[in-house]
Amino acid sequence: MYAFAYQRPTTVRQVQSALGKHDDAKLLAGGQTLLPTMKQRLASPSAVIDLGHVAGLSAIEKKGRNIVIGAMVRHADVATSDLVREAIPALAALAGGIGDPAVRNRGTIGGSVANNDPSADYPAALLALGATIVTNKRKIAADDFFQGMFTTALDDGEIITKVSFPVPAKAAYVKFPNPASRYAMVGVFVSKKGSDVKVAVTGASNEGVFRAAGLEAALKAKFNAKAVEGVAVDGSNFISDIHGTADYRANLVNVMTKRAVTKALGK
Amino acid sequence: MISVSMTVNGKAVSAKIDPRTLLVQFLRENLLLTGTHVGCDTSQCGACVVHVDGKAIKSCTTLAATCDGASVVTIEGLAHDGALHPMQEAFRENHGLQCGFCTPGMIMSAIDIVNRKGHDLDEHTIREELEGNICRCTGYHNIVKSVAAGAHAMAPK
Amino acid sequence: MSATGIGAPVRRKEDFRFITGKGQYTDDINRPGQTHAAFLRSPHAHATIKKLDISQAQQAEGVIAVLTGDDLAKDGIGGLICGWMIHSKDGSPMKAGSHPALAQGKVRYVGDHIAVVIAETLSQARDAVEKIHVDYELLKPVIDMAHATDSGSPVIHDVSPNNQVYDWHLGDKGATESAFAKAKHVTRLDIVNNRLIPNAMEPRAAIGDYDSGQDAFTLYTTSQNPHVARLVLSAFIGIAPEHKLRVIAPDVGGGFGSKIFIYAEETVCVWAAKKVGRPVKWTGDRTEAFLADAHGRDHITHAEMAMDDKGHILGLRVKTKANLGAYLSTFSSCVPTYLYAPLLSGQYNIPAIYVEVEGLYTNTAPVDAYRGAGRPEATFVIERMVEVAAREMGQDPAAFRRRNFIKSFPHQTPVIMAYDTGNYGASMDLALEMADYKNFGKRKRDSAKKGMLRGIGFSAYIEACGIAPSAAVGSLGAGVGLWESAEVRVNPVGTVEVLTGSHSHGQGHETTFAQLVSDRLGISIDQVAIVHGDTDKVQFGMGTYGSRSGAVGMSAISKALDKVVAKAKKVAAYALEASEGDIEFKDGRFSVAGTDRSLAFGEVALQAYIAHKFSGQELEPGLKEGAFYDPTNFTFPSGVHICELEIDPDTGVTRIDRWTAVDDFGNIINPMIVEGQVHGGIAQGVGQALLEGAHYDANGQLVTASYMDYCMPRADDLPSFDIGMTTTPCTTNPLGIKGCGEAGAIAAPPAVINAITDALGHEQIAMPASPQAVWRAAQKSLHKLAAE
Ligand SMILES: Cc1cc2nc3c(=O)[nH]c(=O)nc-3n(C[C@H](O)[C@H](O)[C@H](O)COP(=O)(O)OP(=O)(O)OC[C@H]3O[C@@H](n4cnc5c(N)ncnc54)[C@H](O)[C@@H]3O)c2cc1C
Ligand code: FES
Ligand code: FES
Repeated sequence: MYAFAYQRPTTVRQVQSALGKHDDAKLLAGGQTLLPTMKQRLASPSAVIDLGHVAGLSAIEKKGRNIVIGAMVRHADVATSDLVREAIPALAALAGGIGDPAVRNRGTIGGSVANNDPSADYPAALLALGATIVTNKRKIAADDFFQGMFTTALDDGEIITKVSFPVPAKAAYVKFPNPASRYAMVGVFVSKKGSDVKVAVTGASNEGVFRAAGLEAALKAKFNAKAVEGVAVDGSNFISDIHGTADYRANLVNVMTKRAVTKALGK
Repeated sequence: MISVSMTVNGKAVSAKIDPRTLLVQFLRENLLLTGTHVGCDTSQCGACVVHVDGKAIKSCTTLAATCDGASVVTIEGLAHDGALHPMQEAFRENHGLQCGFCTPGMIMSAIDIVNRKGHDLDEHTIREELEGNICRCTGYHNIVKSVAAGAHAMAPK
Repeated sequence: MSATGIGAPVRRKEDFRFITGKGQYTDDINRPGQTHAAFLRSPHAHATIKKLDISQAQQAEGVIAVLTGDDLAKDGIGGLICGWMIHSKDGSPMKAGSHPALAQGKVRYVGDHIAVVIAETLSQARDAVEKIHVDYELLKPVIDMAHATDSGSPVIHDVSPNNQVYDWHLGDKGATESAFAKAKHVTRLDIVNNRLIPNAMEPRAAIGDYDSGQDAFTLYTTSQNPHVARLVLSAFIGIAPEHKLRVIAPDVGGGFGSKIFIYAEETVCVWAAKKVGRPVKWTGDRTEAFLADAHGRDHITHAEMAMDDKGHILGLRVKTKANLGAYLSTFSSCVPTYLYAPLLSGQYNIPAIYVEVEGLYTNTAPVDAYRGAGRPEATFVIERMVEVAAREMGQDPAAFRRRNFIKSFPHQTPVIMAYDTGNYGASMDLALEMADYKNFGKRKRDSAKKGMLRGIGFSAYIEACGIAPSAAVGSLGAGVGLWESAEVRVNPVGTVEVLTGSHSHGQGHETTFAQLVSDRLGISIDQVAIVHGDTDKVQFGMGTYGSRSGAVGMSAISKALDKVVAKAKKVAAYALEASEGDIEFKDGRFSVAGTDRSLAFGEVALQAYIAHKFSGQELEPGLKEGAFYDPTNFTFPSGVHICELEIDPDTGVTRIDRWTAVDDFGNIINPMIVEGQVHGGIAQGVGQALLEGAHYDANGQLVTASYMDYCMPRADDLPSFDIGMTTTPCTTNPLGIKGCGEAGAIAAPPAVINAITDALGHEQIAMPASPQAVWRAAQKSLHKLAAE
């Protein structure tokens, strides 16, 4: 790790001003992505601003027909929250499947969403549930937020404060983990609300998380696993690596979608 | 340099440290608590697992600075007055270790599993919950047995 | 059987320190005034170094020294060595290129050592490494061993213009050709044995320390064989004469072969300690372990097996290319030759075998022994061949094996080995019963109803352990003898210290060796201490690898114990005023035959030291005996493993449902520890078959350089294992022990792959059979089925 200055603000306003004071400051949430990167000397922020003591970022609340999760809520807390398990069990299950227990005890939803790793789980949930990302400056719809691998709509110095999830009628997430890293090699989040069906795919594409229009159309016509059978998944811009070529990932998208639909139907 | 204070294995400690000091470095180098190990640089092996405020975390992926004010328990802090923790005893009784390098992290994770999932753990649950702890020696067979036995032994009598 | 004697599942004595965090691994040790080393490693697979500029690094904060290959050369420090000479078919010696501890003008793999920075802190050392400037002239790398000898390939070492280390053979070519001429059926197969990265959980580490008052060095290092390290560092590399160099291998967090070898980092740390006048510590991180620990396996093989019309094997022909990496590591040359080819007869009566092996240089990390070393590669070849042959001939794979099992002993194979004893049919019987083979068909149908493909696979393995008779290995090119030493020191109150040349890094010697002593001397294991891992304490030893510590190390202890008992009888005779011939020793008491006069072991020990009863006599005071044990043959553990698994054809995910292991390890000291060794071995073997594989890209960058891409077996990748034992005691060592450390890793890979091919209707698949690979093979197999 390279040397850096360490700051521990207690309000979002202080975070904002600390960011302003350092050229190359980084926010530290759970540190489960940032610290490994810094340890390998792949990142060298001049300052690290610890969000761990900032007030108001750690609540899980029900607001109207939405579940609102603070940016600093740990994966383990989403996984075990009664509120989330009741309203969006698929989201709790997703959080409970991120990394391992120790990672879940530190990693946060804000950090995961801000990072937008192409193999991360949360982005699929945000897209498929039509979530809204709330920052210190504005509200951003998930569809506008994720802009390709490790790229988001966040401006420099913009801080995620919470994520708001509309409660779906049915939803499920099925993940095919990379055998080595256990990140998603393909993860498919399916949700249904009224006649609307959303299918978001993570892990597969060179462009990061995306919504699969073809699968959505098929499932809007009929929401069952059979409807997905034979729907072609375009893998032309999919990731190919030693663990899975694009065509294998395309197959997995189809299979995971079927399984997610079956799960969403409670079968 | 910044100053940190925390409780480690029940004792208050404070020190001036470089902000980039990881919790595992603070434990091993400042406090000479070398039972917590480092087995990887990608936060995956779990040799470094300790408890911070009662929860298992990877001390290689946590800044010591963020633990200011926290209560930390390491493998050295489990036995009391010469009596081993039931999970330690279970690992010995069930031959849950060979070279011993992964063992401190395994035991700390195992206790955390029991804290979260209770005393009656089936094999499938234990294997899934151990995702973040790698052992190269045992093939996990006896670790799984140890965790199940330790979980039972931890149940209030 | 006493509670702590031979055969008892005694809980391990060493565990207390490990479960309380009090183990002492190398990185846990800190020497006063210690400095920290960080290495500059080559980012390129193959390049010449035009210019190496260390001036900025020297100026960096906290830096004490920056040392390079030139400094080593100036001090007359030699390169790393390979200690086993292999001769090619034409009689020429293998082509060993020089292996400097820090590069001299050229780098040959990504991770190759170029320079070391020694600084006050590790961060400072690492910062300064980035300030070393190197001008490289890139050379084309040789990555694919299949093409290493192609004309026009870049030359890695000048001594070997075609990148061939040796072109070796074993067996009777003529006899094998005649066998094939008679054959009614020939099975042919191309086989790849995938490259593995050992990944002991404790990364390698070293601390060099120099005492200028004594002009003596101490090296703390993660070694499986500290005496061999000292020998090589003294006699070949030239750090210091042996009496001026102490090597300590404290608690070691797993080895699996990778910590046998003498590496650049430890060499540099101990040498640099004198140069900087302070202790120098280096602890590898996992990335360095991936790049620069010696890797394992990495063969490509074409094999052919000839059968008569009934399915009796007549002959075997094997041609193997073995990747040895960029340099010859300490024992690398013998792994694909003498540790491989002599095992190709497996458990089978094969009249004629001919094996050719080409050792090759590539621009990849050195390849050397990894758990099993050569024997897993051989077992994979023979067990795949047997499986495929049985299928091709329409025979049950278990029955085919049984037909060809060796049934009388001793048995001389056509490839050196003389098996002393075994009962292969007994292991097969028990394994089939434990695996409930007769109901497999029903289970397969049940799986099919769920859309899953179920398969069953066998592996009837043999290994040669108890490495090794010195004369035999000497005649085959070994630079050392492979005996073991032991010293038994009885203290005046009857407690015992055993000094052993074996080294424990997970095997539990502190317990099993104490059990032997307890059994023989009739004292509690708590009164026995096992001392190992320090060249100043233990006179000499060859270390722990090749499942040798039981068969060879304990045999040495057993010999020394015989001497202790013999001498104690003499002492007892004086003390009891009887003639020596009348003294009996049983359950820890010396008694005069036919009387009630007796003394406990401890009382006799005291008599030996006070020497009141025999002063002035020929008998010397004291009770301490040493022994060297040189085995007369290898030992031949064997067994049958059966893997049953289920494949999800939609994703290719393979789940092992049942694992049955029946092993014959001869006599067993501690069944709990033996089973643990089997578990760990199977996990590594399953890892090789399903998960693990080192992958270099075309430029020689290691793609699998962390756990993000190198797939380590985790708890949920594995089942629990059913372990059974059969026993035919080894006939060539005093304890009847065969050894158990590598069996699982040897047995498992073919069992898994045979099960997968069974599930997939005979569709071939390479290791690691990752979900992607299995999915592809499953698709092919389903298409074929649909077509039929
Ligand atoms: C072993 C291991 C396994 C893992 N497996 C998975 C997995 O299976 N699936 C998965 O999805 N993830 C996985 N992760 C990643 C994990 O979920 C991380 O916790 C997450 O990606 C980042 O969250 P964090 O809170 O740790 O963020 P940090 O690492 O602290 O920060 C990540 C980035 O986000 C920025 N950031 C953090 N908070 C905010 C904020 N509020 N506003 C704006 N920017 C912010 C930081 O500056 C930084 O750039 C794994 C991690 C590890 C170590
Ligand atoms: S050292 Fe912390 S996870 Fe490996
Ligand atoms: S006991 Fe050696 S790594 Fe687990």
